[in-house]
Order: sequence, then structure tokens, then C-alpha cells
Amino acid sequence: MLRIEDLSAWYGEARVLRGVSLEIAEGEIVTLVGRNGAGKTTLLRCVMGLHGAGGARAAGTIGFLGANVARLPVHRRVRRGLGYVPDDRGVYATLTVEENLTLPPVVGPRPWSLDQVYETFPRLRERRRSPGTKLSGGEQQMLALARVLRMGARLLLCDEPTEGLSPLIVQQIGAILRDVKRQGVTVLLVEQNVHFAATVADRHYLLAEGRIVRSLDNDEVRAREHELLEHLGI
Amino acid sequence: MLQQAFNGLVGGAFYALLALGLSVIFGMLGVVNFAHGSFYMLGAFGAYVLLDSFGVDFWVALAAVPLVLGVAGVAVERLFVRRLTGLDPLYGFLFTFGLALILQDAVKHEYGVQSQPYPRPPALSGSLDLGLFDYPAYQVFVLVVSVLVCAATWLLLTRTRIGVIVRAATERPELTRALGIDVGRWVAPVFGFGIALAGLAGVLAAPMRAVNPLMGADLIITVFAVVVIGGLGSIFGSVAAGFGIGLVSALGNLYVPALSQTLVFIVMAAVLLWRPAGLFGREEAAL
Repeated sequence: MLRIEDLSAWYGEARVLRGVSLEIAEGEIVTLVGRNGAGKTTLLRCVMGLHGAGGARAAGTIGFLGANVARLPVHRRVRRGLGYVPDDRGVYATLTVEENLTLPPVVGPRPWSLDQVYETFPRLRERRRSPGTKLSGGEQQMLALARVLRMGARLLLCDEPTEGLSPLIVQQIGAILRDVKRQGVTVLLVEQNVHFAATVADRHYLLAEGRIVRSLDNDEVRAREHELLEHLGI
Repeated sequence: MLQQAFNGLVGGAFYALLALGLSVIFGMLGVVNFAHGSFYMLGAFGAYVLLDSFGVDFWVALAAVPLVLGVAGVAVERLFVRRLTGLDPLYGFLFTFGLALILQDAVKHEYGVQSQPYPRPPALSGSLDLGLFDYPAYQVFVLVVSVLVCAATWLLLTRTRIGVIVRAATERPELTRALGIDVGRWVAPVFGFGIALAGLAGVLAAPMRAVNPLMGADLIITVFAVVVIGGLGSIFGSVAAGFGIGLVSALGNLYVPALSQTLVFIVMAAVLLWRPAGLFGREEAAL
């Protein structure tokens, strides 16, 4: 599904990714864990093609569904089946909840219908005429997730979807991700919350100073959660 | 006084059409278009040249001139403005300012600085009984057209798929690309649309204002104040502030004639002190 080879990225002179290679198979949930500044968000932005403006540049291969997309413009990559949930949730203030949901095009074979979205997230139906940013933080996160599901994206790139949310909402997000996985959707998840990551993911990559330093399966993570937390400085 | 208020609304109609175009362009491109007044002037000259040299009447000019200028706007965006994206906004200022001077001087070179006459269209030459007073039919027509155009633009932006895309791209261009939308495709049409609105205002102005190369430069300073008062990039704000400032300056003219030139800027300063982002603007810091 996704195969990244020797990906490096710079902000001006500063090198934030140093030859990252990783691979995600169809239907997997894989997390990218690491401290702040390890390069996790940059890696997602490179896959999307968003890393490149204002002195930023990247080099390497980004294989998605068998083709190198590293040179494609952002919207063309997305139309091949990428769904992006940015770290700030990316909810528009000038669009209603429903406009937020229906803005992006359908990009994959199994898009959710609006009804399906509203059945899963009844709160979004209630607020569908309100401006997107009038929702609570948790509701905005649900909106951002619902949006990429409505696109029918085949690979979700989620940047810390649980950050700053209550445990109850984190549980809900976990349930949704597991559900989505059963439908064959692939997820690359950036996550600082190792405990949460272990409840949803199949595998984990540990990123430090722009390099993949470990690749762990889920049992290993559960067994060594404390050690990992220490590494992350949490 | 009522009649003066009506004059104010008619004057405000021009502010609103120009401010609306400036606002749409600023929102989508982040470019403050200093050449906007020149396109307004070209609209008026377009109507004048069509009538004077080709005998083409007002009604054809009203449709054709904005269309041609809109296409010219698309070309200007594709050929020049596009190359400035990602650079310091100063380059945008310099380019559009330079373009304004070039257009203005080219027209000056051809027609001189004296005002050209443009007759009112015969169908609108009389006056209308508005109940309380008689008013020139042409001025009523200008007011009605600009209200309709502003309302149509509003509906286009709030009720259509195109409007959703333009609003999204205006608020967060990068995110909008990351959701699979080719934002670049929409930039030139939006620029052209803003220019077409300026051209329309120019054609409407020809029969009631002096048609000369400086007419745009004289008006645009006030329009910038209007856009700032309404909130930079706010569509609703620029239209509301356009009509509002038209009213305020007409009434100001009546009661404090000495301040008539500066009143707009006093209002602008007061609004900025009270709401730094303008009446309907959103503060970036609050996001």
C-alpha cells in the first residue's frame, strides 16, 4: 500500500528526516511514535506532498499503490486515495459541518454516505448547519475523521488524533479506527500516546532524530510499554 | 435629507462593487490589487470607446466590457500574478501598483486627462417618482443592479459547490489542497471575476461620473478604506461597509461639509481602534 524509501527532508539547512524507509501493507494500522521534533509530522506531510514550501524540501521515493507519487502535486496524490487528518484537525470556520464533510472529492472505492457518517456520529447530524469550529475539540476530531471516511480514502494519515481529548473520546476514536480497519482501510497513525497506540495498531515504528530506530510489533510494545514511555520522555 | 441618503447609497453601490472584487481577490490570492481602480477606469473607457468609435450602445457595453475585462484579468493572473505566489507580498503590491500606473498612463497618452462625455441610455434618461421625491432613473438603475450583483455573488459563495470551494481555499489553501482540491485551478477565475466586477462598476459609472484616466485612482483610496473597515477578505463586510460608507459620506457632506474628504478615514481609524480586524474580519491570532 505504502512504501517509503530513503526519505530525507530539510527545513532550510536543518535536516529533519534522515533516510527513512518503511512499509505498510493493505489493511494494517501502523503507528509512528517518537518524541516531539523527531520528524513524525514532517513524514506525514512528505507523504501528502505538503512539505516543500518556503525553503523546505524533500528527497526520496514514496510508493503508493505501486507508483512513486513523490513528484505529484498534492491534490493528485489525494485523488489516488489518501485521506489526511492534520494535527490541528483542519476544520474550516467559514464552512458548516456538512460543508466541511462534503468539500473533498470521493477518492476511493468505498466512500461513506452522509447518512452513514451521521449514523456513526449523531452529534455531527445535530450540528450540521453550524460553523465547523463551533464544535468541541472532540467533535472536531470526529468531523476530521468522518471527512476522510466520506472521501473513501484507502490510506488514512492521522496526525495525533487523540491529542488533548478526554479518555472517553479517545476510546471512541480507537473503536472507529478498529472498525475502519475491518473495512479494509489502511491507517498510518502518528501518536504520542503509546498506550492508545497499542490498543489499535498492528505494528509500530519508533522515530528518533529523523531516523527509524526500531520497528516493533504490538506484543513487544505491550510488554515494553514502560521502556518506551521512558524513551519518549513521558 | 432622504434624497442625500439615497445619493449616498448610489455612491456606496460603486464602493460595494469595487470592495467586493478586491475582497474576493485578496481572500483567494492574498494579493492587494492596487490596479483595481484602473480596471474600473478601463470599464468606463471601454463603454466610451465602444459608443464613440463603434456606435455600440450602453446595454451591450454593460455585458461585453466586464466580460472582456474578466478575461483580461484571467490572463493577468496566469501570466504575471501567478509567478508571485509564495514570494513576499511586497512583490504583489509592486506589480499591481506598476500595472495601475501603466494602464492609467496608457489611457492618458491616448485620450488626455480631460473628461469624456457619455450620455445616459435613453431608456433611463428621465426620473422616477419614489414617493417622497423624484430621483433620476439612471441612479435608481445603478443601485438596483449593484444590489442584485452583490446578492448574486453572495448566493454564489454561500449556496453553491463553487462557493464552498472558494471559501475553503480562501480560509486555508494548503489544507484544501490536502483534501484533494486543485486550488490553483480556481485562482485565475476568481481574479478575473473580481476584475469583471470592477469593469461593471466602471461601465455603470460612465453615464453619471466624469470618464477620465484618473477616475479610478480617485475612487480606489476610499475603496481601500471601505475594505479595511469591512474586514480584509470578508465578502459580507466589504459590501456592507461599501453601502455604509456611501451613506456616511453623503450625510457627512450635508452636515459637516468641511470633513467630507476625511470622514471615511476617521471612520476607518475609529473602527480599527475598536475592532482591529475590521467590522466583519476574523483576527488571525484568534484561530
